[in-house]
Amino acid sequence: MSTRRRGLPSRRETDQDDGQRPRVTRWRRPAHEGRAGGNVEHNTTDTDTVILAGRAAAATEDRTIDDRSDDRSADDVVVRPVSRTADRTVRPLTGNEAIARGAWEAGVRVAAAYPGTPSTEILEALATYPADDVHAQWSTNEKVALDVAIGASFSGVRALCAMKHVGLNVAADALMSMTYIGVNGGLVLAVCDDPGIHSSQNEQDSRLVARLGNIPCLEPTDAGEARAFMHLAFELSERFDTPVIVRATTRLSHTRSLVEIGERHEVAPKPFVEDRRKNVMIPGHARARHPLLLEREAAVAARLAEPDLARIDEGERTVGVITVGLPYAYVKEVLPTARVLKLAASYPLPEDRIAAFCRSVERVVVVEELEPVIEDTVRRLGFAVEGKAVVPRVGELSPERLRHGLAEIGVLGPVTRPAPVVEAAPLVRPPVLCAGCPHTTSYFALRALGARVAGDIGCYTLATIEPLRAIDTCVSMGSSIANAVGMAKAGQETRPIVATIGDSTFLHAGIPPLIDAVYNSTDITVMILDNQITAMTGGQDHPGTGRTLRGEPAPKVDFEALVRSTGVAWVRQIDPYDVGGLFRTLREAIAHRGVSVVIANRPCVLDPVKIKGPPLEVREDDCIACQSCMNLGCPAIGWSDGWHDGHHKVRIDAESCIGCTICAQVCVAGCIVPTKTAAH
Amino acid sequence: MLVNRADSRPINVLVVGVGGQGVIMVSKVLAQLCLEQGYEVKQSEVHGMAKRGGSVFSHIRFGARVWSPTIPEGEADVLLAMEWAEGLRWLPSLEPERGIFIADTRRIVPPFAFRNRRRGADPAYITTRPDEVLDRVAGGYAIDATREAEALGNGRAANTVLLGALSTALGFPAEDWLAVISRFVPSKTIETNRQAFHRGRTVIEAGDLPDLSAPPAAPAAAAPVATATPATDRVTWRIEPSWCKGCNVCVTICPERCLALDQRKVAVLAAPDACTGCRLCEYLCPDLAITVSDGALSVAIEGAASPQPAAADPGSRR
Repeated sequence: MSTRRRGLPSRRETDQDDGQRPRVTRWRRPAHEGRAGGNVEHNTTDTDTVILAGRAAAATEDRTIDDRSDDRSADDVVVRPVSRTADRTVRPLTGNEAIARGAWEAGVRVAAAYPGTPSTEILEALATYPADDVHAQWSTNEKVALDVAIGASFSGVRALCAMKHVGLNVAADALMSMTYIGVNGGLVLAVCDDPGIHSSQNEQDSRLVARLGNIPCLEPTDAGEARAFMHLAFELSERFDTPVIVRATTRLSHTRSLVEIGERHEVAPKPFVEDRRKNVMIPGHARARHPLLLEREAAVAARLAEPDLARIDEGERTVGVITVGLPYAYVKEVLPTARVLKLAASYPLPEDRIAAFCRSVERVVVVEELEPVIEDTVRRLGFAVEGKAVVPRVGELSPERLRHGLAEIGVLGPVTRPAPVVEAAPLVRPPVLCAGCPHTTSYFALRALGARVAGDIGCYTLATIEPLRAIDTCVSMGSSIANAVGMAKAGQETRPIVATIGDSTFLHAGIPPLIDAVYNSTDITVMILDNQITAMTGGQDHPGTGRTLRGEPAPKVDFEALVRSTGVAWVRQIDPYDVGGLFRTLREAIAHRGVSVVIANRPCVLDPVKIKGPPLEVREDDCIACQSCMNLGCPAIGWSDGWHDGHHKVRIDAESCIGCTICAQVCVAGCIVPTKTAAH
Repeated sequence: MLVNRADSRPINVLVVGVGGQGVIMVSKVLAQLCLEQGYEVKQSEVHGMAKRGGSVFSHIRFGARVWSPTIPEGEADVLLAMEWAEGLRWLPSLEPERGIFIADTRRIVPPFAFRNRRRGADPAYITTRPDEVLDRVAGGYAIDATREAEALGNGRAANTVLLGALSTALGFPAEDWLAVISRFVPSKTIETNRQAFHRGRTVIEAGDLPDLSAPPAAPAAAAPVATATPATDRVTWRIEPSWCKGCNVCVTICPERCLALDQRKVAVLAAPDACTGCRLCEYLCPDLAITVSDGALSVAIEGAASPQPAAADPGSRR
């Protein structure tokens, strides 16, 4: 049955009404749009400018800043002169912007990525540089992106591929062969790990993947070093015939600090090298390449042992610290007097230099985030070392965690904590789906229909928490459909099995499992939540949006035609704001034997266009405090001062309500109505 | 003033709030200002969840030399909270001897806080009042920045009021602040923002503060009701099986999803613990088969005590 009750306008009715349709109030031009070469920001030879919230930043942070005070694009405002001494130009950049800057300066010609927090801004920043300098693109997934970069390398130009740690898993297949092949044009992967799991599904340490593939892994400490290491990475790549990983972490990627920038160095493209024994990995060729990897490892290690890349900060020799990457900053913060060996890379390790350092100090402490990569090596070299006994193997490192660890082993005095000012437990405030999010009703309906829901990666994963509680599993990009196939084939499930997957995720890794489901005659429903953007990462384009990374028009994937071409007989598109229609469609889809696909089609309320319509309000006299609307989890709906039968009546926050009418459709008392005052 | 000290060790400012409030914007203004004053600056934030209503924070550290991008726990010289509960969450970050706590008393109550549907339940929003906190920190200020900004005719300038308040703690010249702010705000609002900035300074310097013992300004007031005891054990849910035709209306409509159809296709209360006694199923059953009652309700019917103020219960007219 429909949850909409008599007396309530349906969405369509309100459309025909006087302008109740959520209207567009503001169009934020993508930061990369309309940008020709030689613009102010990058033309460093002509102008000395420093940009705090400049174009590169605008591509990302602009979305998180306050709408109340930011009606003007940051591009237009914050351009100001900076003091420049001799040839030194500095600019505040985030780690990601610095990686992009370094790549551009190093002459990168092709760059590709699939968005993923915290790496997304690398390609967005790179796309602000002139298109004549660098071709930058969103690819459908990380493996495709890496293969694109590999192809560019084959063709003799410098290439960059950016991804988050779990994206490296997707790209690993190509990477593990490419490391045998080596490079023609330099090939660099910028990989951003997420210690602390700020916005990911796991906390893996990509340095172990670098070790697995015998791939040099550089780890910058701050944005300045991130820029410099991009130059170094391309040099190492070409000199030693190897792909190189530059590993950042969330904290580095999203910390802004002053960076000394330089000019772009054009690198002449090399001709294609016709060497099948090197470029075609068949068993006979690969067997010959494998020993070369080990020779390469030794040669790179020798370079990384040189003092500029294995730097020693002199200090007291009672404790010697070996560290790499961002943890170096924590060491300098907490233990500024110690003798420190700061490594530029975690793989391959300069073992002789490490051994010499260990002999030079009384006690060796290794400070590294997540896995004991350096510590294990030091131990293998035969030195007593304290590493994961000091800082944990899980979670993000911080100055206080390091301080506590050093206190525990007696290097620092005990840390005293003052009594807390407030005893109360902090408020629980998880992120929620936005007011008017079109995913809301999809999960509301699935929950009401009692479906077993295999979820996927995206904003909509938030539907697993209160109050929607509608997602039962979430594994990795594209897992939902194949997980649903497995559930169906296991034959144990009494509920209807539904896989839910976003548009971008579907294109990333959802098509092969959909074909699998059809091929193996599976009785499942697949729901493609098409909000026409990659929303979770801040609104990036993909092949279904009809725009490229640079905002240029592109062919647009026709989801329905794509789904039909895989052999799905039952496909239906539905507007998720039509709650009754959605229920009916889902019920039909579930009743269908075989694979049925529902495409819930409604744009994201934030990107690419922020949607805000006249808000709704609650006619409080009629509210029976049943809390049905509260079950949507809409952040615009809360409790009012009124009571009914001992329960709170509800109110709608006019500022955050976008007027989607979903709550009005589920309200059983018909008390949610358009605001009279909002008729403008 | 803190800036006099920045040459010896970094000054740490922690800005916290809720996604969408403008934490990052405020941080950028401060970072840009420090930069122009000639300091090394590191500004660190984690975004991604920022616009989805989650807890958001941004670290700004400036000085002659800054190492860690994050402020070590207990070393924030200033904690600027743009939302009350977020301020309380981050209080342990504040330097206990000298730290200055500037908090907007604005409350943004998350959907999670409304999950307890029991009779008489309050929103699960922190009940600590400003006056309980401000005396216990070295320097504490609570401002209703939105109200101050609205008094100036533009509620959207609330963040600038907070910047004005922040400026009193740091000591950079006001004109330098305004020069930076004016580049971040729409040009037609520069004058409003200038006023808002000075309003923030005045509020702090003149001690022109709101009544701190009053509950913070609340979008959803939480007048407690008499019945604090959960009514679960007293909810009685009855169905007349012979009247039920198994239409599933009640199962679908139950906000707590605690009903189900049994093998005979008759509705049953499958999860009694989840039932809050809202009576929606009783109201909507087409067959009038369901009756819901609980102890508190029967008391109300008998007139012994009303579980809620009678005046605030227009629903009884239904």
